[in-house]
Amino acid sequence: MTRSLETTRPTTAPSRYATFMSRHASLMPTFAAVAILVVLLVGAQARFPRFLSPGNISALLLDNAYLVVLAVGLTFVILTGGIDLSVGSVMAFTGILGASLLAQGIPAVIAVPVMLITGAVIGLLIGILVQYFDVQPFIASLAALFLARGLAFVVSLASIRVEDPAVLWLQRTRFTVAGWYITPTGIIALLAVAIAFFVLLWTRFGRTVYGIGGNEQSARLMGLNVARTKIVVYVISGVCGGLAGLLLTAYSGAGYPRNGIGTELDAIAAVVIGGTLLTGGTGYVLGSLVGVLVYATIKKLISFMGAEQSWTQIIVGALLLVFIVVQRVIVARSQRRR
Amino acid sequence: MKAILKHRLFWPVVALLALVAINTIARPQFILVTLRDGELYGALIDILRNSAPLMLVALGMTIVIATRGIDLSVGAIMAVSGAVALTIIDGSSDPGNLGTVLVALVVAVAVSLVLGVWNGFLVAVVGIQPIIATLVLMLAGRGVALLITEGFITTVNSPPYEFIATGYLVALPVAFLIWVAAVAVIALTERRTALGVLTEAVGINPEASRLAGVRARGIVFGAYVLSGFLAGIAGIIYSSNIRAADANAAGLFIELYAILAVVLGGTSLMGGKFTIAGTVIGVLTIQTLEATILFLGVPSAQSPVFFAIVVIVVVLVQSPRLHRWARGALASAGARRGADAGSRAGVSS
Repeated sequence: MTRSLETTRPTTAPSRYATFMSRHASLMPTFAAVAILVVLLVGAQARFPRFLSPGNISALLLDNAYLVVLAVGLTFVILTGGIDLSVGSVMAFTGILGASLLAQGIPAVIAVPVMLITGAVIGLLIGILVQYFDVQPFIASLAALFLARGLAFVVSLASIRVEDPAVLWLQRTRFTVAGWYITPTGIIALLAVAIAFFVLLWTRFGRTVYGIGGNEQSARLMGLNVARTKIVVYVISGVCGGLAGLLLTAYSGAGYPRNGIGTELDAIAAVVIGGTLLTGGTGYVLGSLVGVLVYATIKKLISFMGAEQSWTQIIVGALLLVFIVVQRVIVARSQRRR
Repeated sequence: MKAILKHRLFWPVVALLALVAINTIARPQFILVTLRDGELYGALIDILRNSAPLMLVALGMTIVIATRGIDLSVGAIMAVSGAVALTIIDGSSDPGNLGTVLVALVVAVAVSLVLGVWNGFLVAVVGIQPIIATLVLMLAGRGVALLITEGFITTVNSPPYEFIATGYLVALPVAFLIWVAAVAVIALTERRTALGVLTEAVGINPEASRLAGVRARGIVFGAYVLSGFLAGIAGIIYSSNIRAADANAAGLFIELYAILAVVLGGTSLMGGKFTIAGTVIGVLTIQTLEATILFLGVPSAQSPVFFAIVVIVVVLVQSPRLHRWARGALASAGARRGADAGSRAGVSS
């Protein structure tokens, strides 16, 4: 009662700026992420003249190609208002599984699809638990985290080297243009972003994802296929986990069961910093790419400064906090407007 | 009999007893507890002793979950508290001095209290989703711990400090006594005062309980402070046990195991009703399972597979849909029997 009285607004016409802000409030966190990325890059360039060299920037993307792919898959899940804690473990499991298959002489043509399907199956398991057994996404994906991590150690307790030329080709080939370079792993990561961008913006499935995140009940009443969509987003996240496993295996030339402990948190942080609301319904996959780049730049900057690696975690935590508070303010304002 | 079957702790207790029985059948010395030099030894005693860190963390998690929250930062708080305590002891001229150790303990617990206040502030005052608010500290906390230990694994040799994890008092391990004391204090304050009821009220409906005059914000705040405090003590016990502060390994995944323990004990993650006895049983089940897996010769790295299966089975058993199916199957069986009886009655008439 009192609240509605407090928020009665003056009836003067809002400025153009205010109109823009209110129409595109959901874009604000992503804009903020882009601004932070630019400030970071400019600041880094001012401090280290060689920071913005083409080679360095290329490496920024390629070193984190796996994280980009994980963040893309996670964006789908978070947009529906869910969460997937298993992505780092799935990446480790599919990576070591692929490396082990290749080491047994199975050709990459079979091993790579097996990796992707394994990821999809784990995602499907989470999706079924969430959708049909009313398990909270947090707990269902937690079980998957344990499962995948344990299975990674079942496949092998030690690191397995990859000799397969097709997989190594993904990382060793370099397409160079004027000092910029990109490897097939980088191309795959960018393709994943592009496909996700297209799917989320221009397909019925994408709209359903946003619809569920906005309000699951409404989405169901509108006749959208909520059950199928919710399961599919976890499958997408699982496939992305498998793909990330492939990229990381190619990148490091080996599968290792301890890979990616804590990566799920890096990926969640990247998605949140990129402006996707953890309550679902608002966010952009390009934002997640920006989030990963912010994360990668901080890591690189800290290694340039020769500071302790511990600062990366602290700064990422602090940034995450800033973005959460920004999101909190935005959500509070949009709710008041309603 | 029916009352026992219906009791919410029935299945958790059965699971724990079954695990103990399986172990005892596999190796009879499992159940054996021997008295040596006035100190109890045996596999069961080991389980009770090793439960301490997880038990403390899970206790705090129970209260946090009761308020419909979750605390992901407990592992990081453990790492920080261990790092603080060992850095103070390591920096002093006399690591074996009881006074030094006491100062270290007080400072470490104070730091973890501050971290708990930080979580409570974000959740209760700023109003951020608990999972996200505590994620911040989960990420940054280990960085802070690494900063305190300067990236090294700080090791110390301090008999009074080691006494916390490995010492004995009246024939029982000190670590075990610590968690028993914590359980007793929390159970008494929650169940002998109105606090427990208020906590459940806040968890079931924060808004309604606030309108009813419950100080919801204070109760939620307190839950995170308690969780931080207990995680701090857990960190001290952990670092005392390995005689080192390892910022990366201390409390790794403990938040997940703690949540699992709470769920195993029968507390719903949806908030509201909680059971401390259930959490105790949940933690003991996890520790016994871990001992079993170790005994089976499974490398400890692979043990998460077992825990995953346990989690999945537990959530399926708790799932409302499965209950509906079960009830539906029973009802249709009953209806068929009824229909059979009816048709027979029809024939006879």
